[in-house]
Amino acid sequence: MTQVAYTVKLGKLGALTDAPTHYCAGCEHGTLTRLIAAAMDDLGIREKTVMIDSVGCSVLAFNYFNCDHIVAAHGRAPAVAAGLKRVHPELMVYSVQGDGDAASIGLLELIYAAKRSTPITIFLVNNAIYGMTGGQMAPTTMEGQVTTTTPFGRDVHLTGTELDVSKLVATIDGAAYVKRVSLAIQEISSVRGSVYTIKNLLDAKKSVENAFKVQALGGFAFVELLSTCSINWKMPVLEAKRFVNDKLVKKFPLGLYKDTFGVESK
Amino acid sequence: MSGNRVYLKGNEALAYGALEAGLNAYFAYPITPSSEIPETLAKEFGSKKYPEYKFFLQAASELEAINMVIGAASGGVRAMTATSSPGFSLKQEGLSYAACMELPLLIVDICRAGPGLGNLGPEQSDYFQGTKGGGHGNYHLIVLAPDSVQEMALLPSVGFELAFKYRNPVLIFGDAFTGQLKEDVEFPQFTPEDFDVSAWAATGAKGRPPHILNSLELDHQKHYKHLQRIYEKYKRAQEKEVRFEDYRTEDAETVIVAFGIAARVAKGVVNKLRSKGVKIGLFRPITLWPFPSPQLKALASQGKRFLVVELNMGQMLEDVKLAAGDGVTVDFIGRSGGLVPTEVEIESKLRRLEVVAV
Repeated sequence: MTQVAYTVKLGKLGALTDAPTHYCAGCEHGTLTRLIAAAMDDLGIREKTVMIDSVGCSVLAFNYFNCDHIVAAHGRAPAVAAGLKRVHPELMVYSVQGDGDAASIGLLELIYAAKRSTPITIFLVNNAIYGMTGGQMAPTTMEGQVTTTTPFGRDVHLTGTELDVSKLVATIDGAAYVKRVSLAIQEISSVRGSVYTIKNLLDAKKSVENAFKVQALGGFAFVELLSTCSINWKMPVLEAKRFVNDKLVKKFPLGLYKDTFGVESK
Repeated sequence: MSGNRVYLKGNEALAYGALEAGLNAYFAYPITPSSEIPETLAKEFGSKKYPEYKFFLQAASELEAINMVIGAASGGVRAMTATSSPGFSLKQEGLSYAACMELPLLIVDICRAGPGLGNLGPEQSDYFQGTKGGGHGNYHLIVLAPDSVQEMALLPSVGFELAFKYRNPVLIFGDAFTGQLKEDVEFPQFTPEDFDVSAWAATGAKGRPPHILNSLELDHQKHYKHLQRIYEKYKRAQEKEVRFEDYRTEDAETVIVAFGIAARVAKGVVNKLRSKGVKIGLFRPITLWPFPSPQLKALASQGKRFLVVELNMGQMLEDVKLAAGDGVTVDFIGRSGGLVPTEVEIESKLRRLEVVAV
């Protein structure tokens, strides 16, 4: 029997609406939604925050976050965010992008937002697949991973190896905060049924807050959050979480890649 | 600039016209023959003469520039970009979104020869792309066509006014000729209007429900209703916003229909032939969308024939034929590839049509 050994802080968050999310069972998008809303509440920024909804699984976020929204075209969220932020510097502007959105069709927009030190916050949900469109290969898809467009496993000789977006963004002078965390709860013991720790989530929560604080300090903040897509991975939820913490982290090591303002140590 | 008479290139005049119209933010990407627009606006950025002009940035691509315009326009400010034909193709993605999101923004296409890279000479071959939507889905841009450096200076204020009035992207459709042409231009005293954006702009949901600027609607019925509402708006624009120049058409038997630089050439032909007693006039659409169809229909019903002159292979020609209806003679002369039809060429066409005696 599986026992999940943590409790979540229940209760209404001001930055969330009452709408139930459309996210699949076991998907970490729901978790991230709650972490961002909690940070918006804790920092008291809801009323001056505009979310740029990107194309991918988070495109319906305007139903969930109780703030202003602009829904961008596929990959263009950082450009739309930059346009708004430059004319309204008093606003907090952020986007939740997927790996297809940010690392494939929208890589230029992401890189140039970072290059110009655009004071915005980007959360990249990396689940190594195109989720919304039904499980095609993403730039982050693992070598050998089966997707609908790599039915025999990803051939890295043809499609290249996994794109490490955090490492890439961290090389850009203009990026002030780059961190990679895991949103998958981690199994710490399976002796008498599974026991899980939420250490990953606590670290993610802190990173989400820091990413807003860095924007307030005038910097470009980027947090990559490793996640599952159990539906498209065709894996049971807990096995998918294990896959993130055992396999994905080997290709995409967790950690702080850059912290120009030193917010992590404050 | 206002009140002064200055000698400027069309592109420079357009840039100053936008500043006079209260431009707040410009997002650039260089492309010949439109680059004097961002160059002028880069030079004037920070100038005390234009306190409303808050931001200039050269983007990394045409796509980034138009999406930055979308972000800024969502914040309720006067935002703008300019490009030329190959770049205008890239802008279509953003324009489709902006039309559905009902964003007021201004875009300029200084049309050059196409398709593909074409060349740097003038064409009016983006007419279809500009007036029929251009991107995916059901929508229109409001399209203004300047025929002179003076109009390049005046149309940005008209453009912003229409963009905010109808909450729709507005295109100023020029060509390499009007962009590069240098003429005397006058800037009248102009006080930009304060547009009320409080009902929709994304400025933070303080003390009000969230504003959601969105082109996504998964409910088919609701999306259809949204489009119907947008098309009601277009209908109002068609009734109220048609602009045109009607030049010596009253007793004319033949009317040349032309816009932009082609109309400028055609006007010379009209003046020359009038002095010889030929009953000829010029009808110049200034709004290419909404197209002045009722006005052309009225001229057709008086028994006049039309000669359409364009810098393309015959694009506005289709709208003129549609407006004129069956049984009306509509002829065409066009030049493409970067060429401009000369007065002599238009005159000899009229001779072949036996409008002018040989």
